[in-house]
Amino acid sequence: MREFIDGATAVARAALDAGCDFFAGYPISPATPLLLHMVRELPRCGGVAIQTEDEIAAISMCIAAAMTGRRALTATSGPGISLYSENIGLAIMGEVPLVIVDVQRMGPATGGATTPGQGDVQFVRWSTSGGYPIIALAPGSVAECYSLTRRAFDLAERFRAPVFLLTDKEIFLSMSTVALDSYEYPPVRPRALAPAQMDEPYAPYRPGPDHTAPLFSPIGGPHIVRFTGSSHDARGFLTKDPATVGRLNEHLWRKIEDHVAEIELAQADLQADACTLFIAYGITARAMAEAVRQVRASGRAVSALNVQTLWPIPERTLLQALAASADGPRAVTRIVVAELNLGDLRREVERVIYRWAATTGRRAPEIIGLNRLDGEMITPEQFMVFV
Amino acid sequence: MLKTYRNDRPYPFCPGCGHGLILNQLDRALVMLGRDPRRVVLVSDIGCQGLGDQYFVTNAFHGLHGRSIAYASGIKLADPDLTVIVLMGDGGAGIGGAHLLNAARRNIGLTVLVFNNFNFGMTGGEHSVTTPQGGITATTRGGNLERPLDLCTTAAANGAGFVWRGTAFDRDLADVMAQAMQSECFALLDIWELCTAYYVPNNAFSRQALEATRQKLGWPTGIIRRAEPETKEYARALNEAAAPRSAVPPLRPRPVVPRYTSGLAREFRLVIAGSAGGKVRSLARLLGEAALLSGLWATQQDDYPVTVQSGHSISELIFSPHEILFTGVARPDALVLVSEEGYKMARRYVEGLIAGSWLFTTPAFAGLETPARKVICDFEAAGIRESKKHLALLTTAVALRRLELFPLDAFADALRGGQRPEIAAESLALLAASASVSGREEEASR
Repeated sequence: MREFIDGATAVARAALDAGCDFFAGYPISPATPLLLHMVRELPRCGGVAIQTEDEIAAISMCIAAAMTGRRALTATSGPGISLYSENIGLAIMGEVPLVIVDVQRMGPATGGATTPGQGDVQFVRWSTSGGYPIIALAPGSVAECYSLTRRAFDLAERFRAPVFLLTDKEIFLSMSTVALDSYEYPPVRPRALAPAQMDEPYAPYRPGPDHTAPLFSPIGGPHIVRFTGSSHDARGFLTKDPATVGRLNEHLWRKIEDHVAEIELAQADLQADACTLFIAYGITARAMAEAVRQVRASGRAVSALNVQTLWPIPERTLLQALAASADGPRAVTRIVVAELNLGDLRREVERVIYRWAATTGRRAPEIIGLNRLDGEMITPEQFMVFV
Repeated sequence: MLKTYRNDRPYPFCPGCGHGLILNQLDRALVMLGRDPRRVVLVSDIGCQGLGDQYFVTNAFHGLHGRSIAYASGIKLADPDLTVIVLMGDGGAGIGGAHLLNAARRNIGLTVLVFNNFNFGMTGGEHSVTTPQGGITATTRGGNLERPLDLCTTAAANGAGFVWRGTAFDRDLADVMAQAMQSECFALLDIWELCTAYYVPNNAFSRQALEATRQKLGWPTGIIRRAEPETKEYARALNEAAAPRSAVPPLRPRPVVPRYTSGLAREFRLVIAGSAGGKVRSLARLLGEAALLSGLWATQQDDYPVTVQSGHSISELIFSPHEILFTGVARPDALVLVSEEGYKMARRYVEGLIAGSWLFTTPAFAGLETPARKVICDFEAAGIRESKKHLALLTTAVALRRLELFPLDAFADALRGGQRPEIAAESLALLAASASVSGREEEASR
């Protein structure tokens, strides 16, 4: 059984299946279809959806609703992420479970409103002051739009941090045929709640063991909750005490960095005798898959990595792919990183590979960027010239 | 019942600052209402007044500068029974002006206390949107040239249900706050007060000057607007509209059960190039459904400008007996070309046509040179009424008959299943009429 469906519908379906019950957004191409889906469907599920006066209000309302216990979602494109910027910082600081869909379009500025782009990869990572980590997932197909949206809610709930679903105009708006049995249903685990009865006053910002998120209590619930975007102690009171501030800030990055293994996700399609490794994500991973099919059909070998967590970078999977080839009959000598930008992911691949080469004494493969900025997609043929 | 909603922390404000006076009145108002502190939220902005939430035993939400009304709105929408109080300064009212206006317009049930001391006290006494003309501040050394913003009449004119102006010294301030919270309206209290660190010394300002300034402006004081009690509070209205209505989970898959078969052995790429308003994209979607009805896989990728009913509209379709990995079409196997706007943006497809590929088009493009098999379809000559409006559908129908990608009956089923009945009837009539046009095939040129 198959259906004819676009990525926007798959994201909306996954959000509703994940228990999303609050949406706030502002119209922008090419993200608007999700606003329309949520405004139409959420009330039927008892949720609240609102079109706000601007993007700043959209993310502000989502953050506040999330702290009353809602599972909140917002959606925009690059220009809207610009306006989300300071509130992304608030979501990091306040430890807010929040899913942000960024349907990338070509930039800079207004750029191409109906033109695909992938230029927000570094932007979402560094979109706010302070430099603290976020999580970003990139679906490489309509079926992945469904599974990774579910996963985005799971990660947002468990890590209490903003999680981006970084997609693009073509994956989001193009219609594809999806076999229903190819959908995956990762669990959506709720945020850990503070017990209603506690021996001491509830401390909304006391980290859990091993730098896990604090126990949650909704505003309006059994405990008095103090939410704040300022440097604070465990009770949520402002502080400048260096030891307290240092502990808090360390918690905010270690909450993600210490748990990378639970977050990182990539699909490695490796061949032992391949000396070329393709790396791509989003719509570009579709062209990569077609190129791999054609290369192999012609009797040649090639390996491919579909990167599904752009942040954190799936270093383990990448290094495993290299290690496997280093021990195989032929080593990977060339890595092609394909993306619709100036090399947002390539610089991360270079960082990981060169460090690996320096620490292992191995020779680093050549790392080549396959980039396109004319508003057209990278084609399978553009990949194939590298094999 | 609590005797106070204050905790044991002392205020951090400057001697003579009005903030503590206002917060003390807020405490009195909360005691009067006696609400469960767990069901009260103080949403504080940035500025000295933004520290205020820390001195109460209620919930607190301390966010970013100017956004307090937006956070408060999110809280109220998520839990309309909460008492949500915003503490903001004149600075926050300026930078957050859009939120203030829109919250007033919605009449969402928040109580907004504007701690209005005519300047930015926390950052060094810069001017704000409420600084009186002539006011001396760090950024208006020669006297403020800008007219102060009348928060009250602005909010009232835009739907705020409860609007009041007064000072931190007013004896009835706690009563007014309690009334505001009970009003279940968007309530704005413009509370004028003294910044003893900056505005007072810079302007020889005083308690008496508050009244003199107001009189000079001719602005009213006291209750400025009070809406009729039946005015609907927005958060409740939105939540009532959101009451569960359907037991069926939304957006379930609509699996397409194949009822037809196709003899297609390889991927086939069809591009339809027309104009916005020519129903190109909706047609392409139905072609995709028809392919699935015939057991095929299909993709559809569209290109169009930012305008809605003008410019080009192009759909790329791929039909295949196996899963399609990449949705892009560089070189179509067949091009349906029906308008000048479509042609302008479809040149790369025209240039990609080779011997053995197809071009289906109208007499307007009869002169187009191409190595492809060119089929000219003249629906006007065939007497089909209003054919110009339906060129995409008509020409594609001719193409489907020639190309035999899947049965025409599958397309007819897709039309019936995917369009409103009256539209489907019209489409089916056009589909039938198109059978009279087989198209004039011209020798390949070039």
